[in-house]
Amino acid sequence: MKKKIVNETEFSFPAKSVNESFARYAVSSFCAQLDPTIEELSDIRTAVSEAVTNAIVHGYRDTGEGRVYIKVRILEERTLVIIVKDTGCGIADITLAMTPLYTGDPSGERGGMGFSIMESFTDDLKVRSSVGHGTTVTMIKRLSKL
Amino acid sequence: MNVLTAKYVSSEDTLTVILNGEIDHHSAQSIREEIDRQIYAHRAKTVYLDLKNVGFMDSSGLGLILGRYTHTKEAGGVLKILNPGASAQRVMKLAGTDKIIPIEWD
Ligand SMILES: Nc1ncnc2c1ncn2[C@@H]1O[C@H](COP(=O)(O)OP(=O)(O)OP(=O)(O)O)[C@@H](O)[C@H]1O
Ligand SMILES: [Mg+2]
Repeated sequence: MKKKIVNETEFSFPAKSVNESFARYAVSSFCAQLDPTIEELSDIRTAVSEAVTNAIVHGYRDTGEGRVYIKVRILEERTLVIIVKDTGCGIADITLAMTPLYTGDPSGERGGMGFSIMESFTDDLKVRSSVGHGTTVTMIKRLSKL
Repeated sequence: MNVLTAKYVSSEDTLTVILNGEIDHHSAQSIREEIDRQIYAHRAKTVYLDLKNVGFMDSSGLGLILGRYTHTKEAGGVLKILNPGASAQRVMKLAGTDKIIPIEWD
C-alpha cells in the first residue's frame, strides 16, 4: 500500500557551492517537524550535502551554471523522501559511479565516498541518470518511533 | 554563513592546524591552498589537523584530509587527525581513512 503524503516542500537554487550549506539546513529544518534525533538530523544533512555537492561539482562541472532542484516529502509512518535533481551532464555508468572509492575526479581532492555516505546514512538510495540530461537522486529515510 | 577558518600553531617539529566551522566542498575549496602553504613553509615532522571545532563534515572533508595527507608526505612529514567530532568520525570510519591516518585526542 502506498503511504500518504503528510507534507511536502520543494525549492531550487543556482548550482553555486555557497548554496550547499543552505540546502542541507533547509532540508533539515523542514524535517524538524517530525522531531528527529540529533543523529538522524545529522544523517539527513550529510546525505543532502553529498547529493547537492555532486550535482554542483559533477553534474554542472563546478561552473556555477544550472540549477539544483530539491523536493522533500513527509509520508506516513515518519518516512522522509528526499529528491535531489540536476539537469547536468548525467552519469554514463551508474554502477561504477556508486562503487565505494570510485571518483571521476582526478584532482586528488575527492575520496569517491559520496554515494557510499548517502547509502549508509539513509535507508534507501536510488539514482536515475541520463547522459546529457541530468541526474535524480532519491533517498528514503525512516525516522525512529517517538 | 558557512565560513571555515584555520589557526596555525607550530612548535619545533609539529604544525597544528585548528579548523573552525563546517567542512563541505565550498568551504574546503576556500581553505586548502592556505593550509598547503603552511605545510610547505613549516615542513614539520607531524602535521595535526585539529577538528575539535568542526561540527559538520561530509565527503569533501575527507577529500580535504586526503589531499593534506598527500601534501604533508611530500613535504616530508606525517598527517594526524586530532579530536574529531561525531560527524567527522563517522565519515572517516566509513571511508577507512582511520587505517592510514592516525586519530589522536588531546
Ligand atoms: N549528479 C552527478 N552528475 C554527474 N556525475 C555524477 C553525479 N553524481 C556523481 N557523479 C559521478 O559519480 C562519481 C562518484 O560520486 P561520489 O559522490 O561517490 O564520489 P565523488 O563525488 O567523486 O567524491 P566525494 O563525494 O567523496 O567527494 C563522481 O566522481 C562522478 O563521476
Ligand atoms: Mg561526491
